[in-house]
Amino acid sequence: MVTAGIEAATEPSSLHLREVCKTFRRADGAEVVALDRLTLDVAEGEMIALIGPSGCGKSTLLRMIAGLDRPTSGSLRVGSQPIDGPGAERGLMFQDPSLFPWKTVRRNIETGPAARGVLRSHRGEVDEYLRLTGLEPFADSYPHQLSGGMAQRAALARALINHPKVLLLDEPLGALDQFTRMRMQDEVVRIWRARRTTTVLVTHDIDEALYMCDRIVVMTPRPGRIERVMDVTLERPRHRNDPRFLELRAEILEMLHFAGDEPAEAEGVAS
Amino acid sequence: MTLATQLAETKAISPGRADRGAAERRRGLSSPAWALAPAGAAALGLALHLALPDRQPSAALRPFTGLLAAMLAGSLAMAALGRTSGRPGAWARHRSPLAAGIVLTLVAWDLLTLKLAWLPLPYFPGPDRVLGAMWEDREALALSAYHSLRLLACGYAAGAAAGLACGVLIGWSKSARYWGMPLLKVIGPIPATAYVPLAMVMFPNAFISGVALIGLAVWFPVTMLTSSGVADVPAAYLDVARTLGAGRAHLIFRVAVPAALPSVFLGLFMGLGAAFLTLIVAETLGVSSGLGWYLKWKQGYLEYAHVYAALAIMSLFFSGLMTLLFKARDRALVWQKGVIRW
Repeated sequence: MVTAGIEAATEPSSLHLREVCKTFRRADGAEVVALDRLTLDVAEGEMIALIGPSGCGKSTLLRMIAGLDRPTSGSLRVGSQPIDGPGAERGLMFQDPSLFPWKTVRRNIETGPAARGVLRSHRGEVDEYLRLTGLEPFADSYPHQLSGGMAQRAALARALINHPKVLLLDEPLGALDQFTRMRMQDEVVRIWRARRTTTVLVTHDIDEALYMCDRIVVMTPRPGRIERVMDVTLERPRHRNDPRFLELRAEILEMLHFAGDEPAEAEGVAS
Repeated sequence: MTLATQLAETKAISPGRADRGAAERRRGLSSPAWALAPAGAAALGLALHLALPDRQPSAALRPFTGLLAAMLAGSLAMAALGRTSGRPGAWARHRSPLAAGIVLTLVAWDLLTLKLAWLPLPYFPGPDRVLGAMWEDREALALSAYHSLRLLACGYAAGAAAGLACGVLIGWSKSARYWGMPLLKVIGPIPATAYVPLAMVMFPNAFISGVALIGLAVWFPVTMLTSSGVADVPAAYLDVARTLGAGRAHLIFRVAVPAALPSVFLGLFMGLGAAFLTLIVAETLGVSSGLGWYLKWKQGYLEYAHVYAALAIMSLFFSGLMTLLFKARDRALVWQKGVIRW
């Protein structure tokens, strides 16, 4: 399998969030608490999901782990290293693939090594990632010529080639159609199992979280808090129709008040 | 078919009709009649030119006769090319109505001036005299064109370089924007030509003051559009680049600048237009060389044939530079949707 060549060059690392708070000031001067004293540990090589309705602060949290935003208080560490600004050891992928439109697929994937000045020694690896993501025939295409799924795979390859210690996925498959999405879920799991990169997946999709992750962190909005952390002990590869899968699914729906026998309290919740 | 119905036909938007309109238009413009139209126009022009007596003095060498003959030969070659398949053939078929229009315009000009004398001399000389002037004064015209090009190139390069540097700085750095924008807003809208009295006393010679004026004219639009392009780079590109390990230089020159290129090129186009204007004004007011200066000099002697000759050269010269910039843009922005041409 092609994954042989992409054994982790960097050891994955654990992630520690302690009492993380984030408040925003609205235009009218009122303070909004986006995250309220959030504490969470993610083990090395673990894949966890953050789920919850819009406004529960999951994307804010991800941006803080990426170093793009700073917490109002509390601490974030990768291993023993405090997070201080963005860096190549924490890869981030958004729902919008955000490929650089002026670069070909190959050049997009090369961005990380080029930015770190190590492109010369990584050229062979670029080919490997093109092969891994099935993008070899499109290496010289521009992003606007790609389908949504191909663009997401290119964005994934671009994030992975840096061998991040932690991979942050912000609804990476949210904009894809159902079939492409399920295929991409398998793809991400396959790469993750080969690399064992510590991964934090933000998603709206309960099935996606159950299918892919070791643990699911269910969050509630205003202020953003952890409602519950649920272990998913189903063995891999998982099956979407496994009765235990469906049981866990029902449990999460219950927790989010979407089981059906009582009216939903939280508004603005996507599937 | 009258022009009005033709327009109605081509503008019909309802499905089916639009297709038919386009097909008809294509057929109409590439029919055999159109293929021979330029040659017919040139032959007609040549016949009239030779048969009708001159009612105005003509140029000694009768260059328009030669031009008509050359156009006739060229049109026949074009018609032959139009019969071949492939891209050159398609080009010839597509361009032959236009070629016919150009030939007819020149023929009409010849008739109105040399042959019928309906337009008064010395202000409206015929094509024969303009071509004659072009040939007779070729050395002075070539030298003027060279001087204009040199001044334009130096001024444009200086203005574009300064504009790019200022634009990136103002677009990227908040403090540069704080101080730079008010300055830009005060200095920018004044036409560069208004600084002529100042430029003439501030710089050691006319050439340098010309470069400064053109540079200033180019600098403003390039700065303005580069800075807005850099400031409007989608935050996601910068965020992604940061998480990929990009430092500041990489963020500015490998992310913000390429993302801003469409806007930068807009600035470069506006700058080129402003540069042409300023070049001619500078040459007529202070710099004693170049096409603008030649224009004013010949006008002083009422040698209008030379004036038209200089105008024709200017038009070739400026539209050539514009085309060059368009080509450069198409190459640089090949990644943009809709601009792609291989």
